[in-house]
Amino acid sequence: MPRFTINGHTQQVDVDPDTPLLWVLRDTLGLTGTRYGCGIAQCGACTVHIDGVATRSCSVPVNAAEGAQVTTIEGLSPNGDLHPVQRAWIAHDVPQCGYCQSGMIMAVAALLKEKPQPTDADIDAAITNICRCGTYARIRAAIHTAAKA
Amino acid sequence: MTNAPRLTRRSFVASVATLGGGLALGFRLPTGSAPASAAGGIAEVNAWVVVEPDDAVVIRVARSEMGQGITTALPMLVAEELECEWNKVRAEFPTADENLRRHRAWGDMSTGGSRSVRGSQEYLRKAGAAAREMLIAAAAQQWNVSAAECQAAKSVITHKPSGRTLRFGEVAEAASKLQPPAEPRLKDPKDWTLAGTPQKRLDTMDKVTGKPIFGIDVRVPNMLYAAIVQCPVFGGTPKSYDEAKIRGLKGVRRVVPLPNAVAVVADSWWRAKQAVDALPIAWDEGQSGKVSSADIAGLLRAGLAVPEAAVVRKDGDVEAALTKATKYVEAEYAAPYLAHATMEPMNCTAHVTPNQVEVWVPTQSGEGALAAAAAAAEVAPEKVVVHKTMLGGGFGRRGAVQDYVHQAVLIAKAVGQPVKLLWTREEDIRHDFYRPAAMVKFTAGLDPSGMPIAWRVRVTSPSIFATLLPQRLVNGVDQAAANGFTDEMAYDVPNYHVDYAMRTTHVPVGFWRSVNHSQNGYFRECFIDEMAHAAGQDPYQYRRRLLSKDPVRLAVLDAAARTAKWDTPAPQGVSRGIALVEAYGSLCAQVVEASVGDKGQLKVRRVVAALDSGHVVNPAILQSQVESGIVYGLTAALYGAITIENGRVTQGNFDDYEMLRMADMPMVETVLVPSGGFWGGGGEVAVPPLAPALCNAIFAATGKRIRSLPLKDQDLKRV
Repeated sequence: MPRFTINGHTQQVDVDPDTPLLWVLRDTLGLTGTRYGCGIAQCGACTVHIDGVATRSCSVPVNAAEGAQVTTIEGLSPNGDLHPVQRAWIAHDVPQCGYCQSGMIMAVAALLKEKPQPTDADIDAAITNICRCGTYARIRAAIHTAAKA
Repeated sequence: MTNAPRLTRRSFVASVATLGGGLALGFRLPTGSAPASAAGGIAEVNAWVVVEPDDAVVIRVARSEMGQGITTALPMLVAEELECEWNKVRAEFPTADENLRRHRAWGDMSTGGSRSVRGSQEYLRKAGAAAREMLIAAAAQQWNVSAAECQAAKSVITHKPSGRTLRFGEVAEAASKLQPPAEPRLKDPKDWTLAGTPQKRLDTMDKVTGKPIFGIDVRVPNMLYAAIVQCPVFGGTPKSYDEAKIRGLKGVRRVVPLPNAVAVVADSWWRAKQAVDALPIAWDEGQSGKVSSADIAGLLRAGLAVPEAAVVRKDGDVEAALTKATKYVEAEYAAPYLAHATMEPMNCTAHVTPNQVEVWVPTQSGEGALAAAAAAAEVAPEKVVVHKTMLGGGFGRRGAVQDYVHQAVLIAKAVGQPVKLLWTREEDIRHDFYRPAAMVKFTAGLDPSGMPIAWRVRVTSPSIFATLLPQRLVNGVDQAAANGFTDEMAYDVPNYHVDYAMRTTHVPVGFWRSVNHSQNGYFRECFIDEMAHAAGQDPYQYRRRLLSKDPVRLAVLDAAARTAKWDTPAPQGVSRGIALVEAYGSLCAQVVEASVGDKGQLKVRRVVAALDSGHVVNPAILQSQVESGIVYGLTAALYGAITIENGRVTQGNFDDYEMLRMADMPMVETVLVPSGGFWGGGGEVAVPPLAPALCNAIFAATGKRIRSLPLKDQDLKRV
């Protein structure tokens, strides 16, 4: 039975060990903010942090997260406040349909941890998630705002 | 526990009284009075407006939220007339079953055709104004004064002579018992204080914190999960399957055959998917198992060549005028099938009991979902409850066809337990109702000044309406297939003839954001460029000449050109293209700046868009819609193609059906130039101009005409 820490709480889950982490989060643990978009690590809607690294959870079997610290959108800001990236997202009114935005925010939060002042080229290289509504221009602006926060 | 939004006061649902003669739209005046009871002091002043004792206002939104921002824009229209404080407003969705029970108090709930604002603005503003008048009347009664001496502002009613005040929350219950006014007075849009301003969206907080708001997020007690495989060839059916091969797999509960598919139900979606993938299924592929894209192209090419087709617009005498032309321009263009690829794959949760069918679904048509559920379960519509969730994208996929609802209900009925059906991305790409492939053939004759005196247009494509809504055909002809060439073609060409040859294939077609404008806008605006080039004229100035009697279109075209500084040279290595499209009551002109490298590498640098939608309710949201349309159009222009081999779709996921990403995103500059006096749609019109403006820029850069899409299949090396 895989055991890992999810949003600060240790969890042991009774699932098939090759189940992708995404489905354990969504269907076993009820953390539905992490979303399914493609199942092949193309779109990034399922991005979570595994030991701080932005990871596409649709393509990680849950047993690979054994012992890891997993953070989802629900746990991004553990003290109940909003994370600076979420605040920037609100300031720029980024989301349209919103479906991809959990994954976007998780990817950006990881980028800013690694590169607090990313250039546009850094953003292009790191943020490869798909947004079908086309919120990219606002995402870029919001990343720069969050970087200043 | 479920997360689907419910009405604030379900107790109002059963016993509503309706008044009024009904609008032309075919439902009763939405200002119909509410019943008098008011538990907890929460008062439904009318079907759209609920006021709580603390002045919180709930405004009902009948349309679906799929990103276009109507959860914010539509309440703004109500609040503008209601005179409530905007920061006290929240939105909620009435359900299709409540709409049915209340004699369609909320009117048309379907969401498409860029209709949400332009199709409901009048009755929403009236609902707000009627509620305001009722609140004022209730206050006046309490004070025993004339309502004419009272006014409402910021959720407070003031008796002007005495200065006395009452809050909305204090009189809402009394107001809800009053007769609604027959003709509430609406503000002149020039007096708006809230509508027309860039307010923040009301749904952002939920969307940045991962709240369970989408259909895929629904969890109901005792719920099972279904994964599905549909016959890869459209029109095919399952012949047999070998259930023994998956018997004993952990968590698997049931195999459910469906008319065109087989579903597996399990205790988790992943297990259901693993099992359905492992299930050997033999298909009867029907008649179309050998059809390929080449066959379909041949069919369309034949549609260009047939002598007779349905005439959809005819001005003057094209054949006579062509004989007088001094120069001819001829071209054929083609556009491929496209999938919608909403980020949230198709899904629906259903629970069928002997007395009730309950569905939770992200749908553009709550009423369509209700009808599909009733048909699938073979029950009366009154037995169905529809919980509409937020949509992870719609773009037309979740509107006219509710196939996933039908499937979910069949599966849930077979299982007797709540089931969430979720398609994989591959099923989603391979079982869409696609933007039709289309071709067009143009012949134009220019006079010695280079202006067209004759233009013949032949359009050929599968018909969406013949497929989905045959009752909307006019004498068997799909007028909409030529959208952009008929009413919306405003260029001054004295002799003009457009006809349409319908060519139907087995590939299902449907409404894809901007529908036929998406192909026809590309065809038309590229060909205008070809005419301008043949005439030796600047493509912007050429369009201006063709629109010299049309100040409204000229203003939009000029706004885009001016903002893009068309008349000053582009930076070194950068070329510009321009296009203008009218669709869904709005006008959008775009200038694209692009560069093409020596090896044909394309870089789209900047898009300038000008939009005239008449009135604007929320300029910030409208601007987002323009950006969104540009990305949708650019994705299609660069990458979009659904191709057919052996009767089935070749593509399956984002690795072979590619999407625009951050690194491809050009700078976008949007100028809103609302000219007032009309209500145009905002969700789609920015899609069609992108491809032609881009292809015209590529021509300016390389001398190459791009007469078929997508660009990834084109060699852009300079000629």
